[in-house]
Amino acid sequence: MNPDFLPTARPISRLIQEFNKLPGIGPKTAQRLAYHLLQAPPERSRDLADAVLGIKENLKLCTVCLNITDTDPCGLCADETRDVTKVCVVEEPIDILPLERTRKFRGLYHVLHGVISPSDGIKPEDLRIRELLERLSRTGITEVILATNPNVEGEATSMYIQRLISPLGIRVTRLARGLPFGGDLEYADDVTLSRALEGRQEM
Amino acid sequence: MTSRVYQTAGIIIKRHKFGEADRLLTLFTADFGKVRAIAKGAMRPGSKLGGNVELLTHSQMMLARGRNLDIVTQAQAIDIFLPIRDSLELMSCGFYLSELVDTFTEENVEDREMFDLFLNTLRELAEAGEGERILRYFELRLLNHLGYRPQLGKCANCSRLLLPEVNYFSPAQGGVLCHECGYPDMGARTISVNALKILRFWLRSDFATASRVKLSTELTREIKSLMREHIRYILEKQLKSIEWMDTLADGGHLNGDKAADQL
Ligand SMILES: [Zn+2]
Ligand SMILES: [Zn+2]
Repeated sequence: MNPDFLPTARPISRLIQEFNKLPGIGPKTAQRLAYHLLQAPPERSRDLADAVLGIKENLKLCTVCLNITDTDPCGLCADETRDVTKVCVVEEPIDILPLERTRKFRGLYHVLHGVISPSDGIKPEDLRIRELLERLSRTGITEVILATNPNVEGEATSMYIQRLISPLGIRVTRLARGLPFGGDLEYADDVTLSRALEGRQEM
Repeated sequence: MTSRVYQTAGIIIKRHKFGEADRLLTLFTADFGKVRAIAKGAMRPGSKLGGNVELLTHSQMMLARGRNLDIVTQAQAIDIFLPIRDSLELMSCGFYLSELVDTFTEENVEDREMFDLFLNTLRELAEAGEGERILRYFELRLLNHLGYRPQLGKCANCSRLLLPEVNYFSPAQGGVLCHECGYPDMGARTISVNALKILRFWLRSDFATASRVKLSTELTREIKSLMREHIRYILEKQLKSIEWMDTLADGGHLNGDKAADQL
């Protein structure tokens, strides 16, 4: 038998491979998606391909907050009902979504595009910290809310930024670190429990 | 065949995102040396592993041997070293320590002494609330333990006893050189009488005894640069976290941006 024989035609196996590289998609799902497209009308494939290319061609970073956007400034920065005196600092654009879902925060954002990670060689200069400092120096921001992830790199990054900002006389806060809702006290890790105790509130 | 499931205490020295919610951990364990293992779902909120497999946590762990990588099935933190996590300086020392341990060790080589040294260093760091002296002591003990102990008693070249005067230190020769051998050696640098005394003292002291020495700023700086050169010579590279520690020690400015404090 020909050793080059493939059970699927090359274009199909190529598509399967590409789907398989996406997060959350295993080989089985990749196969299902590929064969689905094969059977669907050609517009379906064209629309998908357009949409995929579109995110690379039409998207850029907002020059104010560095969120990913198709308009500049982005929709959030352009929204006049937002509170321009508060800025919430997040690691990645995707972190804005859960915060927006809460509808509790009406200020603006600043995306760092990463965290300080000394052992990976990621330094403060590799993040958008300079842009944050510039922004603070020329706008009327009075509170910076640090919302990096509650892990060592996230906390190191927040502590570092706090150190840079504190001489500016701007209020710096960070998200409270506590127990996950729906979780179980028994399974909470010691860092979370210690922080939750420190951050306990009057009832 | 060995059992598929095993238990050990370990310290997490490295962790990477693996897939969507898993973590690939590098552990330094008490019983099996350096081990790499997957912590499934560790990045999901409410995961039972979560904070128990965070960097620089000392945890009791249950692992299952896998075909390629072992899998962490349970983890319970023994010590989280909270003071280290609360301080940018101490956390940075922690980053450096874990990179040092990771770089100097091979996988699956049991080394209980190394584990104890590492654990004691983290405890000391959390208690003392000050890093430099502890890092230097750790570096020296680590080198000593792994067979890179610098020669400090006699000249590493001519074996003459060292006089109480300014001598030389040569990473390439593996230790201190006397004035005559060191002066013409371009790869050697000076070492003060006090620095030499401290290194000798540390080599024969345990943690408690070693911590009794108070170092002047000058001496701290000398021993730091000396050890750094020595380690770089052995590893043939500079550790990544050093640059970050220098940035912090230098006031934490953004690189090339001294204007930050005038803002
Ligand atoms: Zn924006
Ligand atoms: Zn000599």
